[in-house]
Amino acid sequence: MQPGMLQLLGLIVGRDLRLAMRHWDQVIQPLLFFVIITTLFPLAISPALDELRRIAPGVVWVAAMLAALLALESLFRPDIEDGTMEQWTLSGQPLSVMLLAKTATHWLLSGLPIVLMAPLVGSAMGMPPSAWGVTALSLALGTASLSVLGAIGAALTVSVRRGSVLLALLVLPLEMPVLIFGARAVDLAMHGEAVAGPLNLLAALLLLFISLGPFAMAAAMRISVET
Amino acid sequence: MSETPDSNPARLEVRSLHLWRGDRHLLRGVSLAVDAGELLQIMGPNGVGKTSLLRCIAGLLPLETGEVIWRGRNIERSREAYCQQLAYLAHLNALKSDLTALENLRFSVGTRRVVTTVQLHDMLVRMQLGACVDLPARSLSAGQKRRLAIARILLTQAPLWVLDEPITNLDAAGIALFEGCMAEHLAGGGLIVTAAHQQLLQGQPNVRTLELH
Repeated sequence: MQPGMLQLLGLIVGRDLRLAMRHWDQVIQPLLFFVIITTLFPLAISPALDELRRIAPGVVWVAAMLAALLALESLFRPDIEDGTMEQWTLSGQPLSVMLLAKTATHWLLSGLPIVLMAPLVGSAMGMPPSAWGVTALSLALGTASLSVLGAIGAALTVSVRRGSVLLALLVLPLEMPVLIFGARAVDLAMHGEAVAGPLNLLAALLLLFISLGPFAMAAAMRISVET
Repeated sequence: MSETPDSNPARLEVRSLHLWRGDRHLLRGVSLAVDAGELLQIMGPNGVGKTSLLRCIAGLLPLETGEVIWRGRNIERSREAYCQQLAYLAHLNALKSDLTALENLRFSVGTRRVVTTVQLHDMLVRMQLGACVDLPARSLSAGQKRRLAIARILLTQAPLWVLDEPITNLDAAGIALFEGCMAEHLAGGGLIVTAAHQQLLQGQPNVRTLELH
């Protein structure tokens, strides 16, 4: 009997979480990167909260974006190198679902910790508590989008030697709308204005990427496995 | 559906397959046919295209000319149904070095079919890996890793096996064990296409050899 779709999702998420637990030192790297980048700004610009408050939304968002990029390189590479991906393409199961499961785990391990840490980092940059919720929410929607976009790029470049720069050049331009709406939502929240507009757009982008992204990932991965 | 892929007898056919790798014309019109219960051994010197041929048969390489036909249908037209009946053993064992032998088997077979822990355990014992169930694959020897990969093929329960150098790193006992598994598979109506430097199941009537040169 073949496993159902949910069973397949659970199996792959379970496998990747288990692998991550045995490599937790690699898993916390994006989070550490995020925290360190954001602490560099007060040191470089000025510790005055008034000035930091102005740049806080942008800094938090750019740091989150770069941190998300950091973990992408190793998203598919180990599975390609040990032959697992080849077996997956031959499993007779939808590759798009399997890659979406991997991407979801990737977000749980790299995106979610940043979402939880963001209010803390924001408060260090003078962000008022009233904006914490919106910051976390915008990052939750945004980093999930970044994971899907990044996974498409990672699937395309996984067979390229030293493809990490190419991956960044490919993915960062596509991620700009997410950055614009995300940083805008945080900025509006800090000034006590309505944030529904940019948040709705972030959610719409996420839905678009989740519904179409897996097919692009699977198509890109099939090309990468052939070579 | 008027035409299910299972309605036709299990038969694998390759018709006038050509393959270029860069400027090299690697496979020059290879044709072959394997019926239920038959083992086809592809032999030939290194670099002659054995692995490429097997990858074409598995559907991993796009064909430029020629076709691969399973149960009377081109595999490109019924890829999912074909994959479900195919077990492919590559050079790489597809093992995660941080997972134990049992976990590796559960996650690799689990994507194909639902298996119980008892079934996994029995298979590991059968492959003489009973002592390594909870050891990470990293600490297994090369031969033990190969046995683990073979365990996956057996548990997949696919009628068509495509095996690339299956006995690499196996010791004499391992080869004998694996030949027993192959004979059982053939007796049950399975098909095997393999690339090997050493003759397997020598002298059996249902074993044929294809020489590439």
